Amino acid sequence: MAQAEIPYQESMELSHPHSWWTKYWFSQDHKVIAVQYGITAIAVGLVALVLSDLMRIQIAFPEWEIMSPDFYYQAITMHGMIMVIYLLTAFLLGAFGNFCIPLMCGARDMAFPFVNMLSYHVYLLSVLILLVGYFVPGGPTGAGWTLYPPQTITAGTPGNEWGITTMLASLAVFIVAFTMGGLNYITTVLQARTRGMTLMRMPLTVWGIFMATFLGLLAFPALFVSAIMMLLDKWIGTSFFMPAIVSLGEHLEYSGGQPLLFQHLFWFFGHPEVYIVALPAFGVVSDIISVNARKNIFGYRLMVWALVAIGILSFIVWAHHMFVAGMHPFFGFFFATTTLIIAVPTAIKVYNWILTLWRANVRLTVPMLYALSFVLTFILGGITGLFLGNVIIDVPLSDTYFVVAHFHMVMGVAPILVIFGGIYHWYPKITGRMLNDRIGRVHFWITFLGTYIIYFPMHYLGFIGTPRRYFDNLGVSDFYPMSAHYLNDVITIVALVVGASQLLYIYNLVYSYFRGEKASPNPWGAASLEWCTPQTPPEHGNWGDTLPTVHRWAYDYSVPGHDKDFIAQNEPQRSPA
Amino acid sequence: MAVALVILLVVIGSVIFHYLNPWAFLPIASQWQFIDVTVYITFWICGVAFVILGAFMAWAINKYKYREGRFSRYEPENAPLEKWLTGITTIGVVVMLAPGLIVWDDYINVPADAMEVEVQGEQWTWKFRLPGEDGIFGTVSTENIDSLNPFGINEGDPHGEDDILITTNTLHLPVDRNVKMLLRSKDVLHDFWVPRIRAKMDMVPGMVTYFWFRPTEVGELDILCAELCGKSHFNMRGTLYLDTEEDYRNWLSNQVTYAEMKAGRKPEEPIVAEGRMVADKNGCFACHSLDGSATVGPTWLDMWGRSVEMTDGTQVVIDEQYVRESIVDPTAKIVAGFAPTMIPYELSEEDLHALMQFLQAQTSVEEATEAL
Repeated sequence: MAQAEIPYQESMELSHPHSWWTKYWFSQDHKVIAVQYGITAIAVGLVALVLSDLMRIQIAFPEWEIMSPDFYYQAITMHGMIMVIYLLTAFLLGAFGNFCIPLMCGARDMAFPFVNMLSYHVYLLSVLILLVGYFVPGGPTGAGWTLYPPQTITAGTPGNEWGITTMLASLAVFIVAFTMGGLNYITTVLQARTRGMTLMRMPLTVWGIFMATFLGLLAFPALFVSAIMMLLDKWIGTSFFMPAIVSLGEHLEYSGGQPLLFQHLFWFFGHPEVYIVALPAFGVVSDIISVNARKNIFGYRLMVWALVAIGILSFIVWAHHMFVAGMHPFFGFFFATTTLIIAVPTAIKVYNWILTLWRANVRLTVPMLYALSFVLTFILGGITGLFLGNVIIDVPLSDTYFVVAHFHMVMGVAPILVIFGGIYHWYPKITGRMLNDRIGRVHFWITFLGTYIIYFPMHYLGFIGTPRRYFDNLGVSDFYPMSAHYLNDVITIVALVVGASQLLYIYNLVYSYFRGEKASPNPWGAASLEWCTPQTPPEHGNWGDTLPTVHRWAYDYSVPGHDKDFIAQNEPQRSPA
Repeated sequence: MAVALVILLVVIGSVIFHYLNPWAFLPIASQWQFIDVTVYITFWICGVAFVILGAFMAWAINKYKYREGRFSRYEPENAPLEKWLTGITTIGVVVMLAPGLIVWDDYINVPADAMEVEVQGEQWTWKFRLPGEDGIFGTVSTENIDSLNPFGINEGDPHGEDDILITTNTLHLPVDRNVKMLLRSKDVLHDFWVPRIRAKMDMVPGMVTYFWFRPTEVGELDILCAELCGKSHFNMRGTLYLDTEEDYRNWLSNQVTYAEMKAGRKPEEPIVAEGRMVADKNGCFACHSLDGSATVGPTWLDMWGRSVEMTDGTQVVIDEQYVRESIVDPTAKIVAGFAPTMIPYELSEEDLHALMQFLQAQTSVEEATEAL
């Protein structure tokens, strides 16, 4: 009988800290590592946020001449790469993954705590290498976050001297860090669940992170090899991606390479990357909605299978980023079809979030507000994806502000809202204190409505044909009316307000850590296992002497005939009457 | 209540904004109206879904708002409902995808009667080539490309001699004729895009890509580069004139062929030819034209000795002193209307001298006397 088995981590030996250094810096406790990942990701994310506000000022007020084209192109590149890799991926997997997986599965720690500790420090190293780009001759690369050759390494692009090298080196190091963390997440979920925690009893947060990690371990190697190949092209003159070209009048020593090969490799990583960010967000949102609706997540099994289906399909849609890249046109039929098929399981997830609210008992806590705003933002970002995924519609809209608005909605704002909601949700368990509700609500409304005002109208700038990545020179012409300039001014002003208001959230994190109201062990009345730890915050090892035993799924809310409106996962089943 | 109301207002506001905002596709100037039709089908299906989902969310939040002690309905699954929703979604997806694929099939299959035009993208200008009287393009090689042979046409290929070369960032096309655009690049990725035509395609060095269309209206259209191609990407602009057949013929008769271009070239003195080599090697022609067209930087045609306005409003005479300063410290004095994008160059005194001779040779004697 499965429940009698002794869990793998029942009597795990923990590496107990002996000094401040091993407790807070080289800690092997997954909860400390989660916080380290979180703080680093937020810090580097703030750099990207400042860059985005500077770019918005340049777009709206080019006459101020606050920056050069070089700085602008370096800013778009750094902003994109930081947000996608060093903030979103690192936070959703490194912070949420580390904190949630062992606690939600009923484990003492990750399967390999030492490797887990190394993972964070290698990630920190990758962030530092990335930022070194601003201090090398020529500055960071300005090739755009997609790093398309040949321009990444030819003379007409800022940062072709050293910046591209630090960027590629940083990515390679990040992938090493991700692999160390990722192997931990997979192994812990598969091997270290406590007794009774079957796969189909796991909360969707764990499912989402688990699937995302699978995608990451399969997708990041494509980026890794393309980074290495590009470094070889740059430094020892191979021609993997470089055909014979005449760069600014100079005949270069390359021949026979294929720029499209890089694009295929990049997007073979890049598209699953969208889901590496989205799937953990899907999971976290499912749990926040269920807890606050006081109702089980609607269609749990379908939600799990939808996650699995999306994960698999995400590997055969990559070339929809390349519809107008010049690849063989017949690819258009295949990749448009697979792309629109992936909309079906994704839509099912949206329906199920919304149907969870149906006949529920909806509590509008701050995490719930973030989760609901995620759903609305994600719907908008999802349906604009149906435009771009349909190959012929992509022709007029690709490389315009429509694309910019689409991906910021669907994989920028949406997962960031989930990160805000998730931090808010687990903060009491992490620190033992509640976040300040009033600051939380103010920050929520500014961020949700602000980002909507920024990105919703931006789609329409794409329809008139505003090309993305233009430093200036749009002027006023037939295709670019004065009204578009006014809209740009509005967007920039709102973006500055939203950018500044993020300090509220950070202030709240710091203030509440010292002054916040003391939290009870389970302030939200949640049923999943992390709320049942003997201490709050949980000590190293999480569960005291014995691991908990799980008797039910994570969604027993409002079970008829029960006196409370939730039943914790470790509460035994009553024998049938 | 307040939250539900705001969500509802966001949904309704989005719909109102959609109908009232002044930004939509520009009037189409090609036969690709079916692209627009596919967009409208998608707008309707997605719009309806967006409104239903958003409104349902607002309604549910309000209707089932929290009451202490109330229990939600315990319903882990509802298989029939989930099947219905999956089915409806699948139908919606098929209705959007099917017309899209049909139009794409049209987009990639070029009519047999289409005239061919080659576009060469380079940092940061457009060059165009027409096949000339024989209707066949001369073969090209990247290693032949220099300022005297901008397309790299292979010497000795008779088809190349009558090719018409246009290096002024402007192209004319006749209306109501199918055109196949053959897209090439000599350096990095670019993307030839005319918003009012709807079509676009990346240009990849080492490959020839294409799209086709049929202009339907006379007009003057913007050509944009839609793929980030380096620090002056945003300056890579051009103009496409859609002409009546007669206007097009007139324009065409004024263009020069490759053979004419070679024949009309006066023999250069050795020092001038050396200066051209210096300019070629340092990539000057990427931004400075020799034919009077302003691209990223000012043209070199008839520049010498003229008095020019700078961005700070002062007048500067273009002479050896100014040019030498502009090579070493390009941002010191910028000609009005241009962006400070040039990087400093360190040239040997020998090269500088040759370059000066070449630059002076680009100003005709009459122009120079007039300037004085």
